[in-house]
Amino acid sequence: MTEIPEHLRKRAEAARAKAAEKAAAGGGEEAATPAEPSGEAAASSGEAGKIPAHLLERSKSARARKAEGEAAPAAAPAAAASGGGLATAVADAAPPPTATGPGGHTQRLLTVVKAGSIQDVKATPVDKVHTWPHLLAVEFVAALVVTAFTLIFSIFVNAPLLELANLNETPNPSKAPWYFLGLQELLTMFHPMVAGVTIPGMGIFLLILAPYVDRNPSNKPEDRKFAVSLFTVQLMFWAVLVIIGSFFRGPGFNFIAPWTQGLFFEL
Amino acid sequence: MGRPGGSKTPGERVSEIVDKTQSSQAWNSIFRPGSVFRKGYTDSPRNRSYVIMNSVLYHLHPVKVKRHAVKVSYTLCLGGLSFFLFILLTITGIFLMFFYRPTAAQAWNDIYTLQTSVTFGLLVRNMHRWAAHLMVLSVFLHMARVFYHGAYKPPREFNWVIGVILLTLTLLLSFTGYLLPWDQLALWAVTVGTNMMGYTPVFGDQVRFVLLGGKEIGTDTLLRWYVLHVLFVPFVTVIFLAIHFWRVRKDGGISGPL
Repeated sequence: MTEIPEHLRKRAEAARAKAAEKAAAGGGEEAATPAEPSGEAAASSGEAGKIPAHLLERSKSARARKAEGEAAPAAAPAAAASGGGLATAVADAAPPPTATGPGGHTQRLLTVVKAGSIQDVKATPVDKVHTWPHLLAVEFVAALVVTAFTLIFSIFVNAPLLELANLNETPNPSKAPWYFLGLQELLTMFHPMVAGVTIPGMGIFLLILAPYVDRNPSNKPEDRKFAVSLFTVQLMFWAVLVIIGSFFRGPGFNFIAPWTQGLFFEL
Repeated sequence: MGRPGGSKTPGERVSEIVDKTQSSQAWNSIFRPGSVFRKGYTDSPRNRSYVIMNSVLYHLHPVKVKRHAVKVSYTLCLGGLSFFLFILLTITGIFLMFFYRPTAAQAWNDIYTLQTSVTFGLLVRNMHRWAAHLMVLSVFLHMARVFYHGAYKPPREFNWVIGVILLTLTLLLSFTGYLLPWDQLALWAVTVGTNMMGYTPVFGDQVRFVLLGGKEIGTDTLLRWYVLHVLFVPFVTVIFLAIHFWRVRKDGGISGPL
């Protein structure tokens, strides 16, 4: 997707506004100018507005020449028989004033080729803004917000410090940090090797493979329903396991209801 | 200037001092041309470019970014905030290091003393702990955001791989720090964790031995995890962060609009 850069868009708008102003100011003059050319051109005033006067004149003279050529068909074949080259040279030399434009131009417009049909524009313009202040200001505010949040949260909530570590006294339950509680939850269902090594190992391996397995080039959500739903199911699976492990497991890692038996969870 | 008596208003004095400071050689040697702190900084396209181009920020940001890239609703700032939390954790962590000795005999007492007798000790420890949990969360959410935007697709495949490595490094950083207070929570959380890793096929026992620095958790484990937490894992993380950020720019900035 290419958007027009801001400065170019502004420049174009300014130019358009200027042109409109000019048109409004010189409206009277322009109405008078089409009348300047001689009789016939001015007569079709609707066309005169679109087709330049010198082009009209040129086509008119060409039409006149054609009529002339038809009027003298007998003379031309005879001249052609004696020497074609000479004849055309004479014919070309004869009507220069009628076949050329007002400035003596002899070129013609053959065709109009739109940009892009032949040339491929490689560097497409992208809509960009300055990092300072647009991005840096946002980043600064975000950093401030997070710092403030952490500071205020830390003033009111203390980090846990339980009694001194004692290898002879196992707390019940013993829980891993919250981000590993999903794995500890799996430990209740599978052999420790499967729950602690195979499944997390496969998970990380599949995450690394994701960009090489997903060959779909689109990044639009509607084009990648399968990938999005697969990932969402995965996220939900882990989130649910972590939540169960954190809040719904009590002494002996048995199921509890946190609203009756209380929380067995330390961050 | 000034009033007829020759005395100056405080405002004039201040502006004079500011003017003098900003014209000094020292000031101009610190702040390069285009810096917002230089004398006579004006908001012009050229100076907006210079703010980035002539400062250390050029290592992190290009002069211009795509317009959609600055929309908070697109990135939710999650990647940047993960990095910011890493910096915040480094700062608070260095503070904590002044008061902590990683031995089984001293660790818990040091933390206790830090909380009760060191100015702001409790606050800084709290910040370190909560920022760590927040960082794990923000890295997770950053990964989810990148996935849902399909931002791991070519040419950004490898940067996703580095991101997954950074995710595991973040978990390692958090987990190695978990043991250091040497309280019941730390000891038994790590026991559960390392027991799980001990089930690695073939080298299970060796993995456990290397992680614990012995057959079971003790003062050697504490030293080992301390060095991993404050030096080794951060060192590796910084290297991967540098590659991660560099690749973001080399792969054409953050991914396009959906």
